[in-house]
Amino acid sequence: MTVITVNGTEQKLQVDPSTPLLWVLREQLALTGTKFGCGMAECGACTVHVNGTAMRSCVTPLSAVSGQKITTIEGLAPSNNELHPLQQAWIEEQVPQCGYCQSGQLMTAAALLATNPSPSDADINIAMAGNICRCGMYSRIRRAIKSAAGVQQFDPAVAELAREINNG
Amino acid sequence: MGKWTRRAFISAGVVAGGGLIVGVAIRPGNRAAKLSKYVAGDGETLLHTWVKLDSDNVVTAIIPHAEMGQGVGTALAQMLADELDADWDLVKFEEAPALGEFANYPMAQAMLLAGADIPDFVLPTVEGALIRTAHALDLQITGGSLSVRTTGAYGMRIAGAAVKEMLKIAAAEAWQVPVNQVIAENSQLIHKASGRVEPYCAFAESAGQMTPPVSPTLKSVDEFKIMGRHVERHDLPSKVDGTAIFALDVRLPDMLYATVMRAPTFGGGIDSVDELRTRAINGVVDVIQLPSAEVSSVLGGFTYAESVAVVAKGYWSAKQGMDALNIQWRSTENDGVSSDAIFKQFDRDISAGVDRESDIAQGDLVASMENAAQVINADYRVPFLAHTCMEPLNATAMVKDGHCEVWVGCQSPLSFRQSIADALGFDIENVTLHNCFMGGGFGRKSRPDYAIQAAQLAVSLGRPVQLIWTREEDVRQDFYRPAIQSRFRAAIDDSGDLIAWENTYVDKHEPDEAALIPYSVDVQDIGHVRSPTHIPFGAWRSVAHSHHGFFTESFIDEVAVAAGQDPFDYRVARLQHLPRQLAVLTKAAKEAQWHLPLAPGRGRGISLQSSFGSIVAEVVEVTVKDGNLSVDRVVAVIDAGYAVSPDGMKAQIESGIIYGLSAALFGEISIKDGAVVESNFHDYQSVRMSDAPAIETHIINSGADWGGAGEPGTPPIASALTNAIFNATGNRIRQLPIKNVDLQAARESTAAMG
Repeated sequence: MTVITVNGTEQKLQVDPSTPLLWVLREQLALTGTKFGCGMAECGACTVHVNGTAMRSCVTPLSAVSGQKITTIEGLAPSNNELHPLQQAWIEEQVPQCGYCQSGQLMTAAALLATNPSPSDADINIAMAGNICRCGMYSRIRRAIKSAAGVQQFDPAVAELAREINNG
Repeated sequence: MGKWTRRAFISAGVVAGGGLIVGVAIRPGNRAAKLSKYVAGDGETLLHTWVKLDSDNVVTAIIPHAEMGQGVGTALAQMLADELDADWDLVKFEEAPALGEFANYPMAQAMLLAGADIPDFVLPTVEGALIRTAHALDLQITGGSLSVRTTGAYGMRIAGAAVKEMLKIAAAEAWQVPVNQVIAENSQLIHKASGRVEPYCAFAESAGQMTPPVSPTLKSVDEFKIMGRHVERHDLPSKVDGTAIFALDVRLPDMLYATVMRAPTFGGGIDSVDELRTRAINGVVDVIQLPSAEVSSVLGGFTYAESVAVVAKGYWSAKQGMDALNIQWRSTENDGVSSDAIFKQFDRDISAGVDRESDIAQGDLVASMENAAQVINADYRVPFLAHTCMEPLNATAMVKDGHCEVWVGCQSPLSFRQSIADALGFDIENVTLHNCFMGGGFGRKSRPDYAIQAAQLAVSLGRPVQLIWTREEDVRQDFYRPAIQSRFRAAIDDSGDLIAWENTYVDKHEPDEAALIPYSVDVQDIGHVRSPTHIPFGAWRSVAHSHHGFFTESFIDEVAVAAGQDPFDYRVARLQHLPRQLAVLTKAAKEAQWHLPLAPGRGRGISLQSSFGSIVAEVVEVTVKDGNLSVDRVVAVIDAGYAVSPDGMKAQIESGIIYGLSAALFGEISIKDGAVVESNFHDYQSVRMSDAPAIETHIINSGADWGGAGEPGTPPIASALTNAIFNATGNRIRQLPIKNVDLQAARESTAAMG
């Protein structure tokens, strides 16, 4: 038996411990907000937090998270009546199209803001590199992250670089 | 290979519907009474096929389209609500059920009779015929960037306006006042003289008894209140908290999980299956061979090949079981086919002019080429492309007492239902289909193979089953954007004027006009040759425009350069007869500051393509440093006549650009031994955050006929990008994807050739 805590609730699981966490969440715990996209940690749709760190649940065996605290998209909001600031920003910026990748995008972005409250464009590029959006909503995701973080939409460093390039 | 063509569809529609239209008088009257049982819940009154009203005065638009990311429900509900003069805060929408009664007859009207001048007195007859036609065609398709301009324009607006008239009549009768004194506003009916104000729902019952007028008065653009306004999409809250239900999220009691595999070489089948190791895996329940499925429809027949399924208590066991299977596939005549061989075949067949047919042939090509000051030649190529929707193909099915129930995300619910019934040998009445949100569609989810497999499994198992394709199967068993070669020859005179344009390409697909150019040139011969391959064809976002937009808009750039002229100015000089195209192109150049010089290593490229009723121009800015490419900025301008949902349109253009950019930079499905080499996102890459340019979209509301938005953003991007790379480096890229081009080395080879 493996014991994990998911969104604050302890779960005792009789599952083959080599099973990736993704399928345990989706099939045993019916937490279907975490998505399957590739099965090889290439697309980020399955991203959850393990002790606050963004992890790809499709390649994380259950045995590797035994005794750990897991947060999924269902547990991202601080309460049933509120949204996480990123979820709010996602609606304000009208980020999702098909929406399938967005649980993973939000979980990755939330882990970023938790450790880096005012990320630069370069920080965002690095943190979000593992999350694919086939609807291509990257500009909106970037805007929403900055809006939730309360940082300037235009990164001064990038603006300066752009000026340099334009001026040769 | 069967293919989905709009031309076939329209002609099929005429055949199926023509007799009805002229010969049979069907008066649809008030269909609401008949349809009510399917969609009206407690306290809800169906007033029209597409409109219901509840006792809290909430209007629900019933949308005969599937949601795959494009926000169709919101845009169509805006159209309906505006004509209805509803309070937007009291408007909801839901997808129409997959029933023939909700076949999309407004779409049939738009496609078959667009612009036809039909006298009012025969309109009910025509509408009745269209209902029959749409039903016969299983018409509930989402694709072709059609929803707003067909269903919206011919269905939702008319439904909204019709219901408003019905409600006004009902109020006038109840209040005993002339109907022209009743005003509809914000979901309320008002009679100013007597001070009466009541909500729409007070008259739902009496309005529900009436026959909706078929040609109610519609608003003019200056009367729009909800159309053209930025509204938030209704489906987004569920897409940020994990509660949106995609087909993959369906959970049924006692459900098993399965995954499948078909012969990697298209056209192949199963020779033998050794299940021994698979059966030993914990959780594996069964290994099942699924027969091929022949699907026929008015769009043409297609046979989906047999497959092997592993069924287990969980997906992970099924996947491990699949990996452990030892399958011997039958050999096929295509086992030796490679991408190289396919392109050699294209080259040969273009040179030989195999069955060449012209899209357009005008003027004396031979004389123009002989008299030219300069003749420019070029061959362009693009590879096969997969769709890779974020949500891998999946479907859930259950068969009980001879009735099959399927949960799936698809672009064509009615035809899926028919295909499942055909494959199982069931009557269509014994198949129920629940369409869920799609995690992307892009054309792939108009093919029912995955839903059929799930239904076949449910029959075999006698238990509910969720079939989930691996990503590898999703990449290797797609219906692909075809690989294409396109050969050009252009003649210019002493002054650089374009005097002749010749183009021959392989593999003609829809839309018919995709290879045509907007530029004024008297002598043109554009045509196509036959050069079939065994790789299955599928509609891929913007279909034939996706490659012709790259070919023609790159080659016109080459011609401009050969003429020693600025690529933007050269286009402008040849667009004087097309004011809308000229305005779109000019605005794109202006917003992108086209004539402002750039630093060395930076470049700008421009491209223009009209598709799906809309005109789009894009300007791309790049930096190429030490052979590394950065796509810095894209400026896009769209004239779709009118933007019903401006932010939705911008989102669609951004999406179309990134989708096309992924293909231009990385997209390549290669063929080896008759099968697809690539398998997942590591070798079939997509644009990621760090590759994504800043995108600015500008909308021109020209007032012309309304066009689409889902696809028109895609066609210009590849050529705008390669034109920008040429501008920055002098490298002319004629083969995609760009990842295969050495941007440092290519310059010398281009220079050597020139």
